[in-house]
Amino acid sequence: MTGASGERDVAILGVGMHPWGKWGRDFTEYGMVAARAALDDAGLAWRDIQYVAGADTIRNGYPGFIAGATFAQKLGWTGVRVSSSYAACASGAQALHQARAQILAGYCDVALVIGADTTPKGFFAPVGGERRTDPDWLRFHLLGATNPVYFALYARRRMDVYGATAEDFARVKVKNSRHGFENPNARFRKENTVDDVVNSPVVADPLRLLDICATSDGAAAMIVSSMDYARHALGSIDGLPRVKAVSTVTPRYPQTVLELPDFATDSSAAVPPPDRSFKDSIAGSAYDEAGIGPTDLSLAEVYDLSTALELDWYENIGLCAEGDAEALLRSGDTEIGGRIPVNPSGGLACFGEAIPAQAIAQVCEVTWQLRGEAGARQVAGATVGITANQGLFGHGSSVIVTN
Amino acid sequence: MCTTIVFPPREGACPNPECDSDTLEPAELSRRGRVWSYTENHYAPPPPYVAADPFEPYALAAVELDDDGLVVLGQVARGVSAADLHVGMAMQLEVDTLYRDDDHEYLVYVWAPAAPGAET
Repeated sequence: MTGASGERDVAILGVGMHPWGKWGRDFTEYGMVAARAALDDAGLAWRDIQYVAGADTIRNGYPGFIAGATFAQKLGWTGVRVSSSYAACASGAQALHQARAQILAGYCDVALVIGADTTPKGFFAPVGGERRTDPDWLRFHLLGATNPVYFALYARRRMDVYGATAEDFARVKVKNSRHGFENPNARFRKENTVDDVVNSPVVADPLRLLDICATSDGAAAMIVSSMDYARHALGSIDGLPRVKAVSTVTPRYPQTVLELPDFATDSSAAVPPPDRSFKDSIAGSAYDEAGIGPTDLSLAEVYDLSTALELDWYENIGLCAEGDAEALLRSGDTEIGGRIPVNPSGGLACFGEAIPAQAIAQVCEVTWQLRGEAGARQVAGATVGITANQGLFGHGSSVIVTN
Repeated sequence: MCTTIVFPPREGACPNPECDSDTLEPAELSRRGRVWSYTENHYAPPPPYVAADPFEPYALAAVELDDDGLVVLGQVARGVSAADLHVGMAMQLEVDTLYRDDDHEYLVYVWAPAAPGAET
């Protein structure tokens, strides 16, 4: 897609968050704090915003479904146009994609992208009612297959096929807890040891409590604009972080890896599987659009719903070959100071998951890193970052930001 | 018709985007397969799961069916734990009670280690 001025990038003028935690308050309160922080960061007023792309949560009743309007009303109706995106964990990337499309099509110059959530205690459960054709309802009812059950299947496969150990998984948590220790927006700011993790209670074998991310309250927001708008607003766009690619891909048939919430894969008996698996295609499509590859990266923010899943992502975003993620982790290359730091924010290990905010929060972190404003967790000289995430029901999400 | 297989059964369009058929016919799937991966759940799931009281951990296995090119997740037969399983292990389908209420016993498929001598 090419904007009115022939450019394909959109500028990131501002980012902001409400810290992650667990308070059970109205999610729009968190959203307001994040939106105002992003506006302040951009040096803009709410009145200047021409478009609101809301990322939705299903956990807050009907208003949650219409997130763009909910936030516009909370900030004060200005007649602003809105959209609302629901793509489970990938909602934030879909919202960013909506804002980018509006800007590049010339329908608006500057937009607010926002997601916020408040979460119940304990396991995520399907929405209420008896829905016998909904795979999300059926996997709970028939199989007792919670989200950690799926994370555990992937983890166990890494152990049996690639020789991963419980200590490898624990080292992911140790690394991320160190990264997020001084992140003011992180919920969990405690340095964990391998012993802490391997001695925590088993949730779904082989994963333990400290291998699995919590559910959190939180909010994240971005102000994005056309490059022309940024030039006029700032005078210069040298070094300004910009969105180079947004991947919102879905699977190709047959999808041969078991994925939430399905309890069976597609069949490859009559139709061969695609050349690139769904999870490989998520970042792959972003690399294709940006015209870069994994060796160009300064850092990555990936969706560590479990410690073991972070290792899967190393392979899915092309940091190493399949089966080599444990070696990459053990080498220290994915720590801050290493060749390609992963989750310098601390990741979900330090944040917990605030679903509609999370994909936006990943991009906020990359933005701070590229501006050199990440404080104790700064990746030196960062110029290119990728985010990767996957939402229930086949929603891929990956964003590439450069400066 | 493209002869692809879909589970759980559905009605309407074939899931293969290259196939225009809306006719899906019942097909018998293999009752045997090999473990793709497995786990053991130690926390009671929320409703709509009907958890035993007191809760007992149970194993689940994702099994790649022998002839059908797909993986099906199921609970593992009672008495079999994650320690008894490994990736690639031969399994067979059985039927067990999901839960009971006053009027009915509800059944569900489960995976069990394949009987000796019945290697797939």
